Amino acid sequence: MADASVGGMDAAPIGGAHDAELYHPRSWVTKYVFSQDAKVIAIQYSVTALTIGLVALVLSWLMRLQLAFPGCFDFITAESYYQYITMHGMSMVVYVLTALFLGGFGNYLIPLMVGARDMVFPYANMLSYWIYLLAVIVLAATFFVPGGPTGAGWTLYPPQAIMSGTPGRDWGIVLMLVSLMLFIAGFTMGGLNYVVTVLQGRARGMTLMRLPLTVWGILTATVMALLAFPALFVGAVMMLFDRLLGTSFFMPAIVEAGTHLRHGGGSPILWQHLFWFFGHPEVYIVALPAFGIVSDLISTHARKNIFGYRMMVWAIVVIGALSFAVWGHHMYVSGMNPTFGFFFATTTLIIAVPTAIKVYNWVLTLWRGDIHLTVPMLFALGFIVTFVNGGLTGLFLGNVVVDVPLSGTMFVVAHFHMVMGVAPILVVFGGIYHWYPKVTGRMTNDVLGKLHFWVTFLGAYAIFFPMHYLGLMGVPRRYYELGEMAFVPPSAATLNVFITVAALVVGVAQLVFVFNLVWSLFRGTPAGGNPWRATTLEWQTPQTPPAHGNWGGSLPVVYRWAYDYSVPGADQDFLPQNQPPAARTVPA
Amino acid sequence: MSIAAAFFAVLAATVAWWLSRQRLMSKPWLEEGPPVDLPGAGASSPSAARLGLWMFLAVVGSLFSLLLSAYSMGLGTHGMGGAAVQPLPVPKILWFNTGVLALSSAALEWARLSARRGALDGMRLGLLAAAVSAFAFLQGQLLAWQQLRAVGYFLATDQASAFFYLVTGVHGLHVLGGLTAMAGAVARMRRGAGLEQMRLSVGLCATYWHFLLVVWLLFFSMLLLS
Repeated sequence: MADASVGGMDAAPIGGAHDAELYHPRSWVTKYVFSQDAKVIAIQYSVTALTIGLVALVLSWLMRLQLAFPGCFDFITAESYYQYITMHGMSMVVYVLTALFLGGFGNYLIPLMVGARDMVFPYANMLSYWIYLLAVIVLAATFFVPGGPTGAGWTLYPPQAIMSGTPGRDWGIVLMLVSLMLFIAGFTMGGLNYVVTVLQGRARGMTLMRLPLTVWGILTATVMALLAFPALFVGAVMMLFDRLLGTSFFMPAIVEAGTHLRHGGGSPILWQHLFWFFGHPEVYIVALPAFGIVSDLISTHARKNIFGYRMMVWAIVVIGALSFAVWGHHMYVSGMNPTFGFFFATTTLIIAVPTAIKVYNWVLTLWRGDIHLTVPMLFALGFIVTFVNGGLTGLFLGNVVVDVPLSGTMFVVAHFHMVMGVAPILVVFGGIYHWYPKVTGRMTNDVLGKLHFWVTFLGAYAIFFPMHYLGLMGVPRRYYELGEMAFVPPSAATLNVFITVAALVVGVAQLVFVFNLVWSLFRGTPAGGNPWRATTLEWQTPQTPPAHGNWGGSLPVVYRWAYDYSVPGADQDFLPQNQPPAARTVPA
Repeated sequence: MSIAAAFFAVLAATVAWWLSRQRLMSKPWLEEGPPVDLPGAGASSPSAARLGLWMFLAVVGSLFSLLLSAYSMGLGTHGMGGAAVQPLPVPKILWFNTGVLALSSAALEWARLSARRGALDGMRLGLLAAAVSAFAFLQGQLLAWQQLRAVGYFLATDQASAFFYLVTGVHGLHVLGGLTAMAGAVARMRRGAGLEQMRLSVGLCATYWHFLLVVWLLFFSMLLLS
């Protein structure tokens, strides 16, 4: 890329109220550590999230080792097993996936894709990351406090979450709740930024309907997160009061080890309502950015415009709205008025309609496309297959009568790992491989990338596909050890060993990914500004990696939507969004 | 959950109304061309700070609507082995506090109008009156806590008193946060911020104050009706 305007930002007069306020770092520390540049913050978010993700990955190894070889490992006690479950689940859902998609991809891509110089409130954006880091540190600190992390399960259901039989009852649960509250406070600062930047910071010509679907996905997910996280916040405050100040918001009158506790009159179900009012939108907070990113990956790497752009936008919005009306389907076994069960089953099944529209549109985008099986494309295709798979078992579990017998089994573990574990993380990988050349200026290694994809994709199926069978057999989830169960055949143990071996292999394969990222930083082939020949604005920056302020002397002007690939009669097979229309002669 | 449901229904309606004006029916693939032809292109009129505040109010509104829903549900479910919840004796001072908070809100509205007219003295007076009455409100809330404790209603006494302390505490913290923001605005004025910026800052404070007044009135009426 031509590097004509390095430092030109200060020199060239720039129009618009926005530019006058762009913050300029004055020292190394404000440039790379306490940075207010969304691109640096994005990298900070991503590295932190991937690090805690590796910790959570190791925890899943430990759980798998216990399930495959019960009794072989002295350090895995029943207590520590529940601590692994809790920390693995909470870390992955909140601190890894949410932070990666919104804090990582959101920060990097929103300003670049909408044609802004930075986020609207850069200072709050910086605070957002540092509070997030503090939340992660508090979370990780629970490993080192007396009693260890909480073992209440990632849903932290009271009353057991704060009763003395549960591991981590003294410190773990308190720090977990504090960490969640910090996370939510930090996220709110970032989230307000993302929304206001998309709504207010767009370049000239960038109408909402010209936004890439990635931005639509992140925008909708952010709005949802802003509205859903308060439910978890309220719940966390109340449980903290119950634990520390003796209130009974969630605590019924209860006997513990033969003595009546001072609690009484509270409702454990109330926590479940608050938790899942956050918890179900959370699924889509992770899924919607993934939907958006996959749409862009598929369109770019199949050299074809996205099929049904309007439908895709509407579907994102409709899914976002509907996801606030389905939380009860997590509580079928908690006891519920049958009318509510019917209501929640219906809304749950209705969500399948806009979701199916999206899947059809991805497939129809691929149909007769010029498909390049690049590494990002492989991950995008892997996502579609996996998401359909996990989504279909969701239709099973959305029905009350099917859910009740399956709810306590490995079937549920298989379902939610497919749909919101494996599927979104495949998109995270795809997205990282796709945008890495923009972030660093160098390509990742293709062979290592493909190796990473195939081991991860096939391995994930080897792990989670058999779990469906285990679940249908009745193998319970959350059990530290199966022991003797008449209805579980010995072959289940063999299958557990197989799953564990697959999990170990997939885990090791992630080191290939980490190695690839680090190695390519120094040795990757230089990428140029637009290696994928993509249309969206982030690929049209004057420098790669984009400099502070993103756009050099003048902001881009947008003339077209984000998906002008293979336009008939055009000189090249893509037209960047900021390319003015050619003076075409009108055929007589 | 009726309060939360109502809040989210209003939000959904707002979003739907806003989206309906965003040309979601347009066919962007046919609309190649310069941006001037397209209404709704680029940034829209209200400033980023105003939009940011309204988004923030949506978040805080979600927080309080869920808290109040939990309150009504918590009082409703006196099953689970607990005795039926006794309604809380409402301290008389809460009426005074309500009046003071309304006064604070009105003073800020006056400051906003003065700022719009360019009457700086009126704006300063309005800000001062708002700050003093907001502090009086917080002090009054603390007194209400003391009075409740004096008649034996502590944080952990029962559901009703726990929710009372929780909701008033969270609400009071938000008032305190608003006072901090107001202090920031006053500091900017001392450093010589322009009239335009003061208009914006005072306007934002006023909006936030009205919002907190509405939240308080909602909770207070629930308290009286329980």
